[in-house]
Amino acid sequence: MKTGRFWAWVTFILGACYFFIPLIATFEFSLRMRRGEYSFDAYSVVLGDARFQQTFSYSVIVAVFTIILGVLIVVPTAYWIRLRMPHLRPIVEFITLLPLIIPAIVIVFGYIRMYGSNSPLPFLASARGTDVLLIIGYATLALPYMYRAVDTGLRTIDVRTLTEAAQILGAGWTTIIGRIILPNVLIAVLSGAFLTFAIVIGEFTLASLLNRPAFGPYMQLVGANRAYEPAALAIIAFAITWGCMSVIQVLSRFAPKSANRPN
Amino acid sequence: MANISATATSETTGVMPPARRSSLRMATQWIGVAPFFIFALMFLILPTLYLVMGAFQNAAGEYTLENIWLLFQDPSIRLSYWVSIKISFWSATIGAFIGLAMSIAIVRGGLPNWVRSTTMTFSGVASNFAGVPLAFAFLATLGRLGLVTVILRDVFGLNIYGMGFNLLTSWGLIAVYLYFQIPLMIVIITPAIDGLKKEWGEAAATLGATTWQYWRMVVIPVLWPSFLGTVILLFANAFGAIATAYAFTGSSLSIVPIKLYAQMRGDVLHNPNLGYALAFGMIVITGIANVFYIWFRVRSERWLK
Repeated sequence: MKTGRFWAWVTFILGACYFFIPLIATFEFSLRMRRGEYSFDAYSVVLGDARFQQTFSYSVIVAVFTIILGVLIVVPTAYWIRLRMPHLRPIVEFITLLPLIIPAIVIVFGYIRMYGSNSPLPFLASARGTDVLLIIGYATLALPYMYRAVDTGLRTIDVRTLTEAAQILGAGWTTIIGRIILPNVLIAVLSGAFLTFAIVIGEFTLASLLNRPAFGPYMQLVGANRAYEPAALAIIAFAITWGCMSVIQVLSRFAPKSANRPN
Repeated sequence: MANISATATSETTGVMPPARRSSLRMATQWIGVAPFFIFALMFLILPTLYLVMGAFQNAAGEYTLENIWLLFQDPSIRLSYWVSIKISFWSATIGAFIGLAMSIAIVRGGLPNWVRSTTMTFSGVASNFAGVPLAFAFLATLGRLGLVTVILRDVFGLNIYGMGFNLLTSWGLIAVYLYFQIPLMIVIITPAIDGLKKEWGEAAATLGATTWQYWRMVVIPVLWPSFLGTVILLFANAFGAIATAYAFTGSSLSIVPIKLYAQMRGDVLHNPNLGYALAFGMIVITGIANVFYIWFRVRSERWLK
């Protein structure tokens, strides 16, 4: 067992080196902007750039709408599947996995061809319409994560009893979903939401191909033209991803652990 | 929604004749899932089908296999598929083995508890840290002025760029992809290793098995379906990725997603239908990969409950 532990430490430390050296190197590189001394100049240049502020806030707004759209589509569906149509579950699960099978670039290629200005549904004819299509595309990409998170959350509550109790008290469907089911799976929904946020905030492919001024294409542009700012952007992006994952982990502590129904 | 609640009330009061009630009930059941199916149809299935149909048509709209044939004939397209498959295959395989080793180390290696929890948290972050910033991180590390390059040159006297090292190659890209492939492997395979029951090891030891026999006859047969399944998932994950590669090398590295990106930007193939075929080829490859993934997944669930 002694040698086993030794090799376990070796494996772990080698792995840790591979993962930490690029982070340290990127951080060090981002501090090198002023010749001869370390400074946070690259960060102040990036954060002070008007284009950074515009693209970043654009991406935050898009992410928020993506989350809202995702919740509106996924929560009622997952609820209804659990309550009334369990036989459809394999089909729905398969569809929610499709965005992992079909690459994002293929999905957006289809959008560009199907929803161009001459099509019956000309999303791409206006900037606002393209924003909507971008949000829809992101909601599609986030579908696997959102559905899994919500479905796991629903598994821990007794959907049927809650629904019947609410119906007896005279609640309609919107009340049931909005005021009974959603608060009960809120932690699961929030986990899905933060994961969606982490995915959407720096996404490049869709935003670039739909020509929207998002954070991902901005980072790519900076990377092609600047030396030290990209490293600062990489550190900022890593911090955002880290933040989202930490929130998810903190949330998971509040989530109910065991299912109180056999299914 | 109003429609559903109206039926629900009439159901509870029971004024409708049974036959009509059940057919109406059937219809309202579907209304509950209709938004999802309409959304999936409009923004996932139909756009994909549109490209697939286009792949089998020529410019005049007649059905043909010519585009598919061209995928195999055109040397630059064939090369891009080959490079893509090579990068995805090696980043998946190497990432899977390293991830498995790390996973076994943190679960079975007798390391303190914080090692495991830290690794799992970090893996969750790193598996989502892809795209443009990841490319920046590696350029800042191993680029011409990167920290590691500079330290190797100034401290160890090793000028790796003088020795012919170049980060902007397919092997460089594989090294970058490993940064999200290894953590993804750790996230997926650790529960499977947790599923190896202690009793199996004890039972094997009681029956006089050596450690090697225990691994060969118990651990590997139980783990291999999840292992192979995850390798395939990693393959598909790398195959569809474009942002990292694009930010890393621009369009100099000819992998399929970058070729498709260039085609969408400016019809570089001078044949829109060939572009559809390029996309179709990607779906076929990731689709086949996922069929295998599901198959392995079903096999692995038999043991790991």
